[in-house]
Amino acid sequence: MLHAADSQDRLNDFVIKLANVNGTGSASANSLLMKSIFRMGIPVMGKNYFPSNIQGLPTWYEIRVTRDGYVARSGRVDVMVAMNAETYAKDVKEVSPGGYLVYDSTWPRPALLKRDDITILGAPFARMCIETFQGVRSRILLKNIMYAGFLGALLDIDMDIMRAMLGESYANKKSLLDSNVKALDIGYNYAKEHFQCPLPLRVSRMDKTSNHIMIDGNTAAALGCLYAGATVGAWYPITPSTSLMDAFRGFCEKWRVDPATRERNFVVVQCEDELAAIGAVIGAMWNGARAFTPTSGPGISLMNEFIGLAYYAEVPAVIFDIQRVGPSTGMPTRTQQCDLLLAAYASHGDTRHVLLFPNSPEECFYMSVEAFDLAERLQTPIFVMSDLDIGMNDWMCPTLKWDDNYRPDRGKVLTKEQIEQLEKFHRYLDKDGDAIPYRTLPGVHPKGAYFTRGSGHTQYGAYTEDAAEYQIVLDRLKRKFDTAKTLVPKAVFTGKNSHDVGIVSLGSCDGAVHEALDILKRRGVQLDYMRVRSFPFGQEVEEFLASHSTLFVLEQNRDAQLKSLLTLETAVEKSKLRSILYYSGLPMSSTVIVDAILAELGATKPMAVTA
Amino acid sequence: MSFIAKPKVAHPSLPRNELGLTRRDYEGGMSTLCAGCGHDSVTAAIIEACWQMSMRPEQLAKLSGIGCSSKTTAYFVSGGHGFNAVHGRMPSIATGAVAANRDLYYIGVSGDGDTLSIGFGQFAHAIRRNLDMLYMIENNGVYGLTKGQFSASADVGSKAKKGEENLQPPVDPVLTALTLGCTFIARSFSGDKEQLVPLIIAGLKHKGFALIDVLSPCVTFNDHEGSTKSYEFVRDHYDEVVHADFVAPAQEITTQYAAGEVMPVTMHDGSRILLRKLDPAYDPTNRATAYTYLRDKLAQGEYVTGLIYIDEAGQDFHDVNKTTATPINQLTYDQLSPGAKGLEKIMSRYR
Repeated sequence: MLHAADSQDRLNDFVIKLANVNGTGSASANSLLMKSIFRMGIPVMGKNYFPSNIQGLPTWYEIRVTRDGYVARSGRVDVMVAMNAETYAKDVKEVSPGGYLVYDSTWPRPALLKRDDITILGAPFARMCIETFQGVRSRILLKNIMYAGFLGALLDIDMDIMRAMLGESYANKKSLLDSNVKALDIGYNYAKEHFQCPLPLRVSRMDKTSNHIMIDGNTAAALGCLYAGATVGAWYPITPSTSLMDAFRGFCEKWRVDPATRERNFVVVQCEDELAAIGAVIGAMWNGARAFTPTSGPGISLMNEFIGLAYYAEVPAVIFDIQRVGPSTGMPTRTQQCDLLLAAYASHGDTRHVLLFPNSPEECFYMSVEAFDLAERLQTPIFVMSDLDIGMNDWMCPTLKWDDNYRPDRGKVLTKEQIEQLEKFHRYLDKDGDAIPYRTLPGVHPKGAYFTRGSGHTQYGAYTEDAAEYQIVLDRLKRKFDTAKTLVPKAVFTGKNSHDVGIVSLGSCDGAVHEALDILKRRGVQLDYMRVRSFPFGQEVEEFLASHSTLFVLEQNRDAQLKSLLTLETAVEKSKLRSILYYSGLPMSSTVIVDAILAELGATKPMAVTA
Repeated sequence: MSFIAKPKVAHPSLPRNELGLTRRDYEGGMSTLCAGCGHDSVTAAIIEACWQMSMRPEQLAKLSGIGCSSKTTAYFVSGGHGFNAVHGRMPSIATGAVAANRDLYYIGVSGDGDTLSIGFGQFAHAIRRNLDMLYMIENNGVYGLTKGQFSASADVGSKAKKGEENLQPPVDPVLTALTLGCTFIARSFSGDKEQLVPLIIAGLKHKGFALIDVLSPCVTFNDHEGSTKSYEFVRDHYDEVVHADFVAPAQEITTQYAAGEVMPVTMHDGSRILLRKLDPAYDPTNRATAYTYLRDKLAQGEYVTGLIYIDEAGQDFHDVNKTTATPINQLTYDQLSPGAKGLEKIMSRYR
C-alpha cells in the first residue's frame, strides 16, 4: 500500500505540513515534532502560517527536514497532516505526487480524498481522545500530541527524545505530563499497528545540529538589546513585533533584577501608541540611556514626525521594524519586505536613515548590538529591518556567542571634565571632520546645556532662520550620511566577480537564494550573489553593481523597493537591474527564484511571481 | 519682544541663594514673545522658584512641545538642558527622560493647544504613569503662533478678536486631571506671582505628576472684551481656594496663621507646604469633593485657583516599575550584561 519512493533519496529530506485550526493548541505539538528532529542532529526549518485571529481560523505549520541544512521553503509538501475540515480540499490538493496525507478518520471524508498519486493514512484521533480523556479542552489539546506520536512512528523519530521534551515542558505538572505521554503513545501505537512503519520518507540520526540552536529573530533581537546594555524599552503592541518586547522583558526579569531588593535595572513602558513609544525612546537616549522600540510598518508610519526630529536634532534611537504585509493593515500575520522606502526616507523634509538588514535570528542578535553602537556613534535613528518570517519563526542558527571584551560605543559624549575645560560648548559643530558633532547629557554640567530643537538651528545650537546658517547644518548631515557608509555592515558575496550575471538581495531572501544558486548550478547556470546588509550602500556594493552586466534584484514587495534604493543611491545603470518580485506574504522559496531566473534568462521581460 | 539684552554681569548687591547664585543665574535667552505676554510672567515665576530652591541649574531638564508656551523653556535656566519636541508629544519625551535619569527635576511647559488638542492623549497617559515631573499649561484659550484660532480650552460664548463666537464646550485641564488620578493639581494666574511661585516649588518637589494650569492671557489675540481668558475677565472671576506656602526642610513652621486654617503637607524630601484654606469647607485631599466644588464654581463662571488637590502618598512611575535607585543611565555595562557565561546558560533553552 505504500509507494516505493527512493528511500535513500528522501532520507532526512522532506517537508511535513500540518493544517490546523488556530487556538486549538497545535503549536506545541508542531514544535515538539520539529525540535525532536532537530535534537536527532538533523537540520530543520519551521514556518508558521497563521491567521490574524485568536481562535477558529485555519493555520498551517511547515516543517522541512533538510539534511543539506537549507533554511528556506522548498515549495514541496511530502506529508500533509490535514486536521482542519475547513481546508481539507485545499490541503489534499497541495500534497506533492508520491506524498502522504494523514487525516482524522473519526469522520469519513471519501469525497475529499480522491487522489491516486498519494498515500492516504487515516487514524481516528478524535475518537481515541474521547475514549481516553475527560473534558472538551484536553480532548482537543491532546489530539495534537496524538498526531505527533503518530508521525513519530511513521517517520522514525526518536520517541525517547519526544518523551524527554514533554518532560521538560511539563516538569512541574505531573498530571499534564502523564496525559501528554499517554496521547503520544496512543498515536505512536496506532501507526505501528495499522501501517508499515517507518515510511520511506523518514529521519535518521545525523550530527549536523550540535553547536546550533532553534530560535526566532525577535527573541534573538531582544537578547541583542540585553547585551547591548539597553535599559529602556518603549512600545505599543503590534504583530509581528510584540514577541520582541515580551522576550526583552523576560530576559530582564531574569538578569536585570537585584535578587535581594527586587529592584530593576531596566524600564519597559507600554505606551498609548507608537508616537509615544518613539518619543520615549528619543527622550531616554537624549538623556543617556540606551533605548529602543519594536514595531511594524503601521507603527513606523505613525512615528514619522518624531523620526524626523531625531534625525535633525541628532538624537540616537533604535527602531526594530518587523515588517509585515502592507499597505494599510494589510495581512498582519504574513511576511514582506515592504517598508524599505518608508524607513529609508521616513519623515518630511530631507531625511535619510541608516537601515540594517538581518538575514536570520543570528544576525538579529549581532546587528541589534551594532544598531545601538551605530545610533550613538552617528547620533541618529537606526532601523533594524527584520520581518515576520525572521522575527516569528524558529530558525536553526549557530549558537550565539558573546565576547566579554565588548564595550558599548557611546559615541562622542563629553564628560563633565571635558565640558569643564571648554570655553563654550557648540552642539552641532563638526570639529573632527567626520561630520559627527559632540553632544552632552542633561545633569552633567551647566556649561554643556543646550537647547534640542527640531526648528532651524545653527552649528552652535542656536535657533536660526538664516539661510546660510541653516544650510551649514543640513549639508553636514548629508556628509554624516557619507560617514555612515563607512561604518555600517558590509555586503556579503558569494562567487564574487567570476561571472557577469549577478543576484542582489537582502534579509530573509538569503536562505532561498543560496539553495537556488545550488539548484541553478546543477542546471548549468552560475551566478554571483551579493546580499546587502545595510543602507546607505558602501563602496563594495558600488563595485559589485559596476562589475556585472545583468543584475537580478530579488525582494519581497511589489514595487521593487530595493531596486529603487539602488537606482537612487548608487551609480548603477538602471537598465542593468531586473526585478524578481515576490509578495504573496509567504516566506521566499528557492523554487520561486529558480523558476524566475530560468524564465528570465530565456526571455527579457520583467516578471512578478505569484505562488 | 524686547531687543535690549541685559548685561551678563550681576550687581554685587543682588541677593544670593544657598549655592551663592543670584536670580540672574537662573535666567535664559531673551524672550521673543509679545510685550505683556502672560507667559513671560510665568517664566519669571519659574526663575524665582528655582532660585529659591537653590537648584543647581544643570539639575533641571526643560521639556516642551510646540507653540508660544513651548518656546518659553528657552527663556529660563540656561544651565539646564532644553528639549523642544514635536507638537503635543512632550509627555512622551518626558517619559523616556524620566525613565533614564530619576535624579533630575523635569519641568514641562505646554499650552492649551499643545495639551488639550493635539497632545490630549499623551497628557492623559503621562498622568496615568504618574511621571515625576512638573507639567505647566500656559492656558490662554487661543492658538497664538497661528494667529488667533480658538483652542479646546476656549469657553462657550468666548469671542475671537474678529468677533467670531466659540460654540464648542471647553476641555478643563483641572477637571480632566482630577478624573485621571493626577496626584498634584493646581491652578493659578500668570499675574499672581505670589501664588504661583510656591506652587511651582511644591510641584517640583512633589513625587509624581504635578499639574499647574496657569491662566495666561494672550495680549495680542485674546485680551479683548468678550474673551474669557483676558486679563480683565480673569481678575474679576478669580477665586483662590487654597493658598500654598513652601517651607524648606530645615525651616520651622511659624504660626502666622490661625490654627485650623493651616494644613501642613510633608513632601517626599522632608520639606513641607502649608496649605492656607481660604474656604474652610474645602478639602484639597478629597478628589470627589474637589471635583464637585470646582464644577459648581465653574458653572458660576468662577475660576478656582490655588492648590486644588494633593496626594503625596501616591506611587510614582519608578515606584510602580521598581526601578533601581541609581539613575539607569549611570549603571555600568557590567551591571547590565549577563556576559558570555550568561549567554551560554541562556542558549541551553534553545537546544
